[in-house]
Amino acid sequence: MTLSPTMWNTLPPVVPRQRMARAAIAFDASRGYASTVDTTFRVRIAQQACGCPGCRPATRPAPEHDAKKHRETGSMETLIEVTGLSKSFGTLQAVDNVSLTVRRGEVLGFLGPNGAGKSTTMKMITGFLAPSAGRISVAGFDIERDPIAAKARIGYLPEGAPAYGEMTAATFLDFIADIRGLPRATRAERIREVVAQIHLENVLDQRIETLSKGFKRRVGLAQAVLHDPEILIMDEPTDGLDPNQKHEVRSLIQAMAPHKAILISTHILEEVDAVCTRAVIIARGRLIFSGTPRELAARSRYHNAVTAIVATGEAAQATAVLARLGEVETRELADETRLTLLAGDGANAAATVQDRLREAGLAPRELFIEHGHLDEVFRTITLGARDGEVHRT
Amino acid sequence: MKGLGTIFRRELMAYFATPVAYVFIVIFLVLNGIFTFYVGGFYERAQADLEPFFQFHPWLYMFLIPAISMRLWSEERKAGTLELLLTLPVSLAASVLGKFLAAWVFTAVALAGTFPIWLTVNYLGDPDNTVIVAGYLGSLLMAGGFLAIGSCISALTRNQVIAFVISFVICFAFNLSGFPMVIDVFSAWAPQIIVDTISSFSFLTHFNSILKGVIDIRDLIFFTTLIAFWLYANVLAIEVNKSN
Repeated sequence: MTLSPTMWNTLPPVVPRQRMARAAIAFDASRGYASTVDTTFRVRIAQQACGCPGCRPATRPAPEHDAKKHRETGSMETLIEVTGLSKSFGTLQAVDNVSLTVRRGEVLGFLGPNGAGKSTTMKMITGFLAPSAGRISVAGFDIERDPIAAKARIGYLPEGAPAYGEMTAATFLDFIADIRGLPRATRAERIREVVAQIHLENVLDQRIETLSKGFKRRVGLAQAVLHDPEILIMDEPTDGLDPNQKHEVRSLIQAMAPHKAILISTHILEEVDAVCTRAVIIARGRLIFSGTPRELAARSRYHNAVTAIVATGEAAQATAVLARLGEVETRELADETRLTLLAGDGANAAATVQDRLREAGLAPRELFIEHGHLDEVFRTITLGARDGEVHRT
Repeated sequence: MKGLGTIFRRELMAYFATPVAYVFIVIFLVLNGIFTFYVGGFYERAQADLEPFFQFHPWLYMFLIPAISMRLWSEERKAGTLELLLTLPVSLAASVLGKFLAAWVFTAVALAGTFPIWLTVNYLGDPDNTVIVAGYLGSLLMAGGFLAIGSCISALTRNQVIAFVISFVICFAFNLSGFPMVIDVFSAWAPQIIVDTISSFSFLTHFNSILKGVIDIRDLIFFTTLIAFWLYANVLAIEVNKSN
């Protein structure tokens, strides 16, 4: 849901100049736990208010833009095809009849609570564990019947990015290049390329066990992409990284996305919104949702809700105004109040709210349309999933 | 066996990247010296051969080889690199063989470090060097047998101490399988053929016959099939036990 360009112009600047920097910070921080904010909208307002390029918050391309780009790059051949996959350990059913496909150009986010079966599924797709039932086809090769050919086409970052600690980053990458059969003539060149891409130059001669967590993760990443695989499978690639490192890893994934089929598991919802073109949710071994991050967010009760931030002094009056339009949730912040009008229809509601507040002589400090809270949807789906119930959009 | 060479080189380098290799080699050589000269009475025998040197090898290997082999797979399991290794386009058999060969070559390096004793015996007298060569060959084969056992046991656990202790016990049993303390366990209830089979498993018996300078094809077959058997068990142990 976005506003049409003409609509921008009808909206007066609602963000005063001194609030600009804060708006940008609020944008970044808010992504940490929920995709609640229509960033495009807010950024647009900010630019209108200020117009100074230095004030513009850093934006990233919205996920749906990427999807469009991927579609334009052409073929959408299916590179990972999982059908009816199950795995049981004794009496524990870790994975239960999971089917999914990942096409070239797609980044599939594999979501679920801890212990839901994400890692087990990935271990089966990469050929580490044998499935109890079901079929896995990787780039057309059956992982059980033709494991070597299938594994050669996969780049895999296992959970925790394991690597041989006593080796230096350089010798480890040499080892991987060797075992992956990279042609000798171009091997050194390719390693240099990946090292530069992942910024490993300064730690190449350090033993991996002495590296920080972030660098260890990068070594694991370098290992996974070294042979330029068609299929990239990463188990929690940004787990334990600081925000800058997370951003770097995500940029890297986005850069590679158009040419590969990528499967990443995570329990960080911001990640789905940041890099994935599609998401599946797994809970207690079962697949319970499959769709785009947008569709996931659309299940939120906050989807298309309108949030206005007003000074605390005006809160009561503003609440009264909004209450006439529908159900309102209020949250007290430091010196202001956040009012959310639920069950809105996005743009129209935003315009209405804007008008009504103006009629009442109120000027909200910020006004934006909610996409929906991913974490709320995640909780609802994973906790509320009853056996056999599948959400599909 | 694609990838075998790569695995082998990495594994061999891993020994020398840590102090393990140096500690092991030094202790192996020192213990060899002590046993040969003090316990074995190398000088007192006044014979130009290396029997006092070789005869302690089964006992040295019994606890030193498990110290080498305990890390082969336990460490991979513990560090999570097992998952990395087994998702690389290499067959499990190549990984098992590559790692085993690396450990074996490492043992050979340690064994080669004993060459001064060979120089000594040649300086002091006029030994039959073919018997000495047979002794080295037999010693190396026996080390391979112990290593294969240790490698397989190491694949069963992520704990190196457990791998060491169990490997030690099994190596001990193989050393002594011709002796009453092992035979008596079986002779009371098992048919004679089983008792005979078990006593024929004795490393000591096979090693001693090689030491005499007679390289019997049966001794060679014994050690090679034993190695093959334990390595096959090693592959199965990983296959079955991957998930925990």
